[in-house]
Amino acid sequence: MPRWGMVIDLDKCTACQACVVACKAENNIPFSSPKEAGRRRIISWMSILSMMEGEYPNLRARFIPRPCMHCDNPPCVKVCPVGATYKNDEGLIAQVYTQCIGCRYCTNNCPYTLKYFNWFTPKWPKEMENYLNPDVSIRNKGVVEKCTFCHHRLQKAREKARVENRELKEGDYVPACVQTCPTEAIYFGDLDNSKSTVAQLARSPRAFRLLEELGTEPKVYYLSEGEWHG
Amino acid sequence: MDEDKLDNLLVGDMEKEDVPILKPILYTSKKFYMLVFILVVIILIGVLAWIFQLRRGLGITGLNQPIFWGIYITNFVFFIGISHAGTLISAILRLARAEWRRAITRSAEVITVLVLFFGVFNIVTDLGRPERMFKVFTDGKLSSPLLWDVVSIGIYLIASAIYLYLPLLPDIALMRDKIKNKTKRSFYKIFALNWRGTEKQWKILERAISIMAIVVIPIAVSVHTVVSYVFAMTIQPMWHSTIFGPYFVTGAIFSGIAALILAMYFIRRSYHLEDYLKPIHFNNLGLLLLIMSLLWFYFTFTENLTAFYGADPAHLTVFWAKFTGGYAPYFWTMVTCCLIIPLIILSNRRTRTVTGTMIASVSVIIGMWLERFTIVLPTLINPRLPYVRGMYHPTWIEFAVTAACFATFILLYILFTKFFPIISIWEVKEGKKIGVKETEERIKSYLPGKE
Repeated sequence: MPRWGMVIDLDKCTACQACVVACKAENNIPFSSPKEAGRRRIISWMSILSMMEGEYPNLRARFIPRPCMHCDNPPCVKVCPVGATYKNDEGLIAQVYTQCIGCRYCTNNCPYTLKYFNWFTPKWPKEMENYLNPDVSIRNKGVVEKCTFCHHRLQKAREKARVENRELKEGDYVPACVQTCPTEAIYFGDLDNSKSTVAQLARSPRAFRLLEELGTEPKVYYLSEGEWHG
Repeated sequence: MDEDKLDNLLVGDMEKEDVPILKPILYTSKKFYMLVFILVVIILIGVLAWIFQLRRGLGITGLNQPIFWGIYITNFVFFIGISHAGTLISAILRLARAEWRRAITRSAEVITVLVLFFGVFNIVTDLGRPERMFKVFTDGKLSSPLLWDVVSIGIYLIASAIYLYLPLLPDIALMRDKIKNKTKRSFYKIFALNWRGTEKQWKILERAISIMAIVVIPIAVSVHTVVSYVFAMTIQPMWHSTIFGPYFVTGAIFSGIAALILAMYFIRRSYHLEDYLKPIHFNNLGLLLLIMSLLWFYFTFTENLTAFYGADPAHLTVFWAKFTGGYAPYFWTMVTCCLIIPLIILSNRRTRTVTGTMIASVSVIIGMWLERFTIVLPTLINPRLPYVRGMYHPTWIEFAVTAACFATFILLYILFTKFFPIISIWEVKEGKKIGVKETEERIKSYLPGKE
């Protein structure tokens, strides 16, 4: 079984947000109005955290794209009272929308605040309704949702491999954000395969993970920026 | 209405001393109906707001990302806390053989049973999918502290309902025997469970009550401990704290006593039961409230000093949000209401009067609601990673539902007083007959010399 993981090279990331848009289109994430956005109700499975470090004039801006960290020790999973969120065999953290009761305990126990709640019934402009992805179910109001590492793409890839009578290979599938990134800053693959790009990059001295000290063991790694960044 | 007229509603002779307790059941004033009307209006507004929320979704509340929990969860913790008024206080006083308990236990136990429903209701209101709530029974995962709550509160509700009902039996039987009205009699007949007051029945009853009094104490303690675990088991700054269990239990008993004093104050005033609920009762409960206030402060102090001195940045952000930031007004009002006002009023014998303890209790109730609020919100608003921070602005929906919860609780409580004696008739009588002698003998046994 592969253990899917992601490496994001912050040196290559230009914070263009193409990954954010690609994710929204791929995963049928509803549009938000400016009013609701102002109330911090935006759903965005991939979102860019911008941080200002230091004080003027020694400022440094950092941009960190954040999908779900798919922790190996997920704090959100153990608090769910009905088993609506769980870790599957490949280490992906899944959310069962039909099982979720919407208590939002998992959203509160995610130290990265990367789970999202459907405050209203999702809506799209009429023209957009025809462009919804048929592979991804639409979530109704009152349930929690999150990045799945485009799990539906994995299912398709696995089916294809089975038809072709072969094992699933790395590279058979990548999430939409990885596919879209114009600077190819996002890598995706099997962390358990020591020869894979992600496993090698994850061992780089530049590699770090968010809030590593909490022991959540995220499967999303970052490569820190070089010194030339001002 | 004078007592002669009341006598006409009763069968046979009634001991004069019992009549004032029965008066609220036999006669209802216009003021009562007025109050019921006002409460029903508040409830209807709340129901309307709730229906609105069910149809549109939780988006019409003030909640957002990352403030996923707000007033509803605050209410949940608050109401479950109030529930400690009854069962726990009454059980402890019963086991300690505190003779002054006799007139107050019933009014305390009713609070517990009724208020638990509102704790549970607030959780249901907070769910995004309330229609799926029964999944916690069919698909419950015991690894979640929320499920510990379900189990613990469920057991508590059953145990405290039994604990309310058992001492009520002889009084219901009394009503069955004394009330003239036939429909009312048949109503009491059902609930009296063939109570005849034989020696054997008394023996069983007293044994059952004392067993229940012991059983409910650990259950009650577990309930609020587990409520605190909902927060303490997470890894969020200033929620993840080992002190939360005892801290919440203390706060629960604290707010519970305040609720009991308030209930007693209004029962005493509106039903003219000054002879039963005496200043000494308020004085004693006032002293208990004072002790709990100091204990609560001790916990609050320890909790915050630990966060401040440890100076973990994530904890400090929450700490400063409470002390000087956006939540400072709530935090300092809480300190004033939970410590300063009760301390001033209750530590002085001259102000520890019926009215004095009532004022202190109102203050504690407000303060303890704010305490729950300042535990839930500042942490959620300050997650570990640096997001855009804002404040939580509840909408009228949340206020209307909250007001309706309080109104429904008060309505059910006053309806209870219209059907059942709010002061335990037989226990007060027993106090007069046996209690006085027993206490005297007990005191003698403490003293030197042979018995």
